[in-house]
Amino acid sequence: MKAVEVHKLRKEFVRKDGRKRVHVEALRGLTFDMERGECIAVLGQNGSGKSTLVRLLSTLLLPDGGTARVFGYDVVREDKAVRRLVNRVSVEASFFKKMSPAENLHYAARFYGMTLSETSGRIPEILARVGFPPDRRTEPMENLSRGMQQKVALARALLTSPVLLLLDEPTTGLDPRSKLEVQGFIREMRAVHDSTILLCTHDLAEAEALAERVGILDRGRLLALETANELKARFEAETLEEAFFAATGRGFDDEHDELDAEERKVLA
Amino acid sequence: MRAVALELKHELIGLAGVVERNVYLTRRYIYWDLAFFVWTVANTLTIVFIAKGIEASGGNIDVDRATTTLLIGAVVWAYLGIIFEFLTETVAWERWEGTIEYTFMAPLSRAMHLGGSGVFAVLYGLVRAILLFIVVAAFFGLAFDDANFTAALVILIVASVSFFGIGMMTAVLPLISPEKGAQLGFVAQGMLLVVSGVYYPVEVLPEWMQWLAKISPATYALDGIRAAILDGASLGSLWHDIWPLLVIGAACIPLGLLIFGRGEIYAKRHGKLKRSG
Repeated sequence: MKAVEVHKLRKEFVRKDGRKRVHVEALRGLTFDMERGECIAVLGQNGSGKSTLVRLLSTLLLPDGGTARVFGYDVVREDKAVRRLVNRVSVEASFFKKMSPAENLHYAARFYGMTLSETSGRIPEILARVGFPPDRRTEPMENLSRGMQQKVALARALLTSPVLLLLDEPTTGLDPRSKLEVQGFIREMRAVHDSTILLCTHDLAEAEALAERVGILDRGRLLALETANELKARFEAETLEEAFFAATGRGFDDEHDELDAEERKVLA
Repeated sequence: MRAVALELKHELIGLAGVVERNVYLTRRYIYWDLAFFVWTVANTLTIVFIAKGIEASGGNIDVDRATTTLLIGAVVWAYLGIIFEFLTETVAWERWEGTIEYTFMAPLSRAMHLGGSGVFAVLYGLVRAILLFIVVAAFFGLAFDDANFTAALVILIVASVSFFGIGMMTAVLPLISPEKGAQLGFVAQGMLLVVSGVYYPVEVLPEWMQWLAKISPATYALDGIRAAILDGASLGSLWHDIWPLLVIGAACIPLGLLIFGRGEIYAKRHGKLKRSG
């Protein structure tokens, strides 16, 4: 059984432009699949549809067409079964800021059916594994650096033992040391937990280092999904950035295109 | 059968998680809660003083009875406000903190998710309502020799089921309108109480409003609590207030879940189930 099967997946959003309603296509017939234990990285500019894909797979959006399955479960019709298997880490750590890391993890674990006796031992253990200092477990989240907060976000995801982990720019904005720590932890999750990982990122080196296959998502279309070496060979590129440029016709950090800017209003 | 029991266990643990989270938050914001309690006391005093004012301006009333009648109205208003606030914040606060996506992608049914908010709101609201009643009653030196407080409490708890159901309907508003939805919860609270005789008998309302009063749970809650506290009515004699509350509650809970479910589908279709709406 495939870990993820996405077939002709479509999603569009409606935005108001004055009195007009404009339909913006966020995903245009996406098709791909993932094997169990595989890590794929999806590269794309802001507004390319990366977050929309993550939110569809985590049952937070309803598609306008096509299908998506997680370990055989349909994300629309069998959403609760999907939710048991999936967790995510996004660019924003997203916690109750006045509450401590331990409090945030405790209540979140209850949503996955974990009792107090299960979490009281497991939370300190997981926080220790992500390198979170024990003496700061009871401080409010708002006192912690972004790197620290992202470690708690990883701990939250690990706590529920997800078989599919969705990572939406998990290292964006982190300092180099924190970035390396998070990347090391992602490797560990695959090695120890056999998790399947979908990594959406801006970081080309990160994609190349962590993923078996790299996808290029541009304006809602998946232009390629191959190993980094195959991508470079196909586009006769020295680097992944050059391959991205060749595939999309634009640089990776080029965000000044008018259509992109309009799309980002809706998709960001 | 075993799978169903395990599923139910997970759901109840999830419900406990929502209560647990609200306990943590209340602990962290305890001084703000105290400040809001002072505001609620001041607000209640301004209403209850009206009875004294009528007496001072020559009105011929039983001032203690009128004071208690107004106090009960103000306490039920405050209690309802807390229930609606907590349920509406189920979405609004999570959106503000940015946790909304993580909560809505967890394998917890919406009934238990909202139920956890409702259970905490009722427990927290009861504590606040009882404290408010005691403080203001002590301020006015009110005596309740014949009051049946047990019956009053039972009525309030039974009415809470309906309030919870209606609260779920208002909780959907921030899903549909992230900017203004939460405030619309206060509109629903006001509409409910204006037709329910919060500070006056329902009979003074225009006839069409009296029809609305018949389907408002607050009407029966206020009527029953006043009869229990002012006249010492027993639970048995309050059955005419209890059965409508049970019927309205039985209708409001599934209706509230249905409306919230529709709102959630709308939010998922239009991409509103996220931090920025």
